[in-house]
Amino acid sequence: MKNVMSNKYVIALYTLPALLLILTLIYIPIALSGYYGLMDWDGIGEMTFIGLDNYITLVQDKMFWTSTYHSFLLAIFSTASLLLYLVISLILASKIKGSDLLRKIYLIPMLLSSVAIAQLWMKIFDPTNGMANRLLEMFGVENTPIWLADPEIALYAIFIPIIWQFAGFYILIYYAALKNVPDEIIEAAKIDGASSFQIAYKIKLPLISGIFKVTIMLAVVGSLKYFDLIYVMTGGGPNGASEVMASYMYKEAFKLNNFGYGSAIGFGLLVIALFMTWLISKLTKSKDDVQF
Amino acid sequence: MKKKAFSSVMTLALAGGLILGGCSSSTGSSGDEKASSGDKTVVKMMHLWPEGSSNAQYTIVDDIINAYEKEHPDVDIQTEILGNEQYKEKIKVLSASNELPDVGITWAAGYMKPFVDGKMFAPLDDIAKEDNFVAGTLDAFSVDEKPYAVPLELNITPVYYNKEIFKKYNLEAPKTYDEFLNVVETLADNGVTPITLGNKDRWTGSMWYMYLADRIGGPEALNNAINRSGSFEDPALVQAAEEIEKLVKMDAFVKGYNGLSNDEAKGYFMNEQAAMYLMATWELPNYTTTPDVSQEFKDKVGYFKFPTYEGGKGDIDSYVGGPGVGLFVSEQSKVKDEAKEFVSYLVEEWGKRSVVDAGVIPATVVDTSNGELHPMYIDILNDLGNATNLTLYADVQMSAGVADVHLNQIQALFGGQTTPEKFAKTQEEALAAEK
Repeated sequence: MKNVMSNKYVIALYTLPALLLILTLIYIPIALSGYYGLMDWDGIGEMTFIGLDNYITLVQDKMFWTSTYHSFLLAIFSTASLLLYLVISLILASKIKGSDLLRKIYLIPMLLSSVAIAQLWMKIFDPTNGMANRLLEMFGVENTPIWLADPEIALYAIFIPIIWQFAGFYILIYYAALKNVPDEIIEAAKIDGASSFQIAYKIKLPLISGIFKVTIMLAVVGSLKYFDLIYVMTGGGPNGASEVMASYMYKEAFKLNNFGYGSAIGFGLLVIALFMTWLISKLTKSKDDVQF
Repeated sequence: MKKKAFSSVMTLALAGGLILGGCSSSTGSSGDEKASSGDKTVVKMMHLWPEGSSNAQYTIVDDIINAYEKEHPDVDIQTEILGNEQYKEKIKVLSASNELPDVGITWAAGYMKPFVDGKMFAPLDDIAKEDNFVAGTLDAFSVDEKPYAVPLELNITPVYYNKEIFKKYNLEAPKTYDEFLNVVETLADNGVTPITLGNKDRWTGSMWYMYLADRIGGPEALNNAINRSGSFEDPALVQAAEEIEKLVKMDAFVKGYNGLSNDEAKGYFMNEQAAMYLMATWELPNYTTTPDVSQEFKDKVGYFKFPTYEGGKGDIDSYVGGPGVGLFVSEQSKVKDEAKEFVSYLVEEWGKRSVVDAGVIPATVVDTSNGELHPMYIDILNDLGNATNLTLYADVQMSAGVADVHLNQIQALFGGQTTPEKFAKTQEEALAAEK
């Protein structure tokens, strides 16, 4: 067996299926979309080669940069909310009463499909009959907001369900990491007289620091390519006020029949996401990840 | 132990995702699905009338398919059903990958053109006979005098209103725009939402604009702006935009209209939270025949023609409307002959059944003398017969890119993010840039 496994051809053969899958499902489509970006194509008729025109338009396209800005706003909000998730998981991991039940409650949004979540929150945000405004009215607010229809707040209104949607996911990751911190270390700290705040801040957090990098990366890249709730809830509207990169790409390609330009936007999104991934891994490079 | 708990939670999460994912898929198939269709010829069809939201249309199609399969035991019609917006997008993806269904639904004019140019639709001159259709409807589906789809529906767009709400405030269906403004004002002053409007979909707001443009500038003004023999900066078209601005300031429309979809907005009318609703006659079944809607509510619904504007050029019998959707046959279809035969059967039966089951107005010439039809249906058919003009929906007339500019401008106008002058100018520029 050892012999077989050290044979280079066998290694190549065994990695082949995975390689093929990754090539056909990921790298070839990426290359193709870059290629379509060079075309003037309505997705139905003939393609015409137009060189870098689409990419030049893209760089000058105000709407593209607006949607990029919105995507970055979402990335900032999602990253900031990681702190909230961390605090929640610290509390859940410290064996308080009912933490089991709470954990399950936080997980529920993960079990719902995005479309169901979107429908749910559209009902909540309904300006006349929705729960959000009914609550505000109860507290005496007279000019209740029109949430998804107000270009000033539509984008932020959608951030709320997005942050709600992913809470369970990140809490689960943090929770699992915290549970992996060996009990002996905590016990030892307790004997030395450390308060629970000190234990959290000085022991638990450093020990799970490796996971931060992962979650920040997930949150940022996930936000940059985020699509579904925004598409269902506002479709990028009103008038582009909640357009993000992915929804703009979709709109150009499928609604306006500009497959070439849509592909160029997709390629732009990829470049930006790759750059951010690189930047984050640079910034969060830790000297030594803790092993235990 | 901890690990086990974690993995079981993950499994649960994954399973939940799968199950829900399964539920949200909106594909259905016709009546009794046969696992293997044996030697039968399979004709695939896609349409956009889900059983829940477009019950009347769904039932008609379903009945016709069953009848057809009975008469043609060697043919199996398989349907896939999607809601309006999803349908529009899926059909584009399918045609990009050359996988159009054998029979499907398309909109007229500008929407259909890229498909015809891309040779995706088969010409239907062999099955579409001009005399079978209401004059002009087949033209909307023709490119270079050749029909590429056969029209199913014909629509005009009246204003539906809740008679009971009107009665409560001593109001009558308005005939002139001043009377209409008075209705709006009275309702708004009494805390009743005058008009419900789902302007997230944008074409809904476009209909209000189109009517005002027609009543002020006559039927030619908007059409000429679009076909470039006129300009969008025509004073009548700017004035129509000003009237929209005024209506918005009067709180004529339901709160948050720019964020509501048409279906959500419809809810306000059906729940009697709003007094008026401007929508095409494809809504008619909900107020006449659909069993899901209570008779009590149906009795409260009336309709009026969009009122005339003092000093305006348009008359009251001019409508926004036109053929809604039509059936196409895919050029790539391997069963083109069977598909064509089915399409001509469907169109003919659709014409007959939609009258008998009173609700949908077909594009075929119909005989209304038999059967007991709902009075509102007959009234609307008569109005249609007396129509002096049908203006095809603006976004359908325009190409996709310009239509998007128009629709965005509509949303901006309703949202107060533009001025009537800028509204007209932006569209004029977009239209001019295209030629």
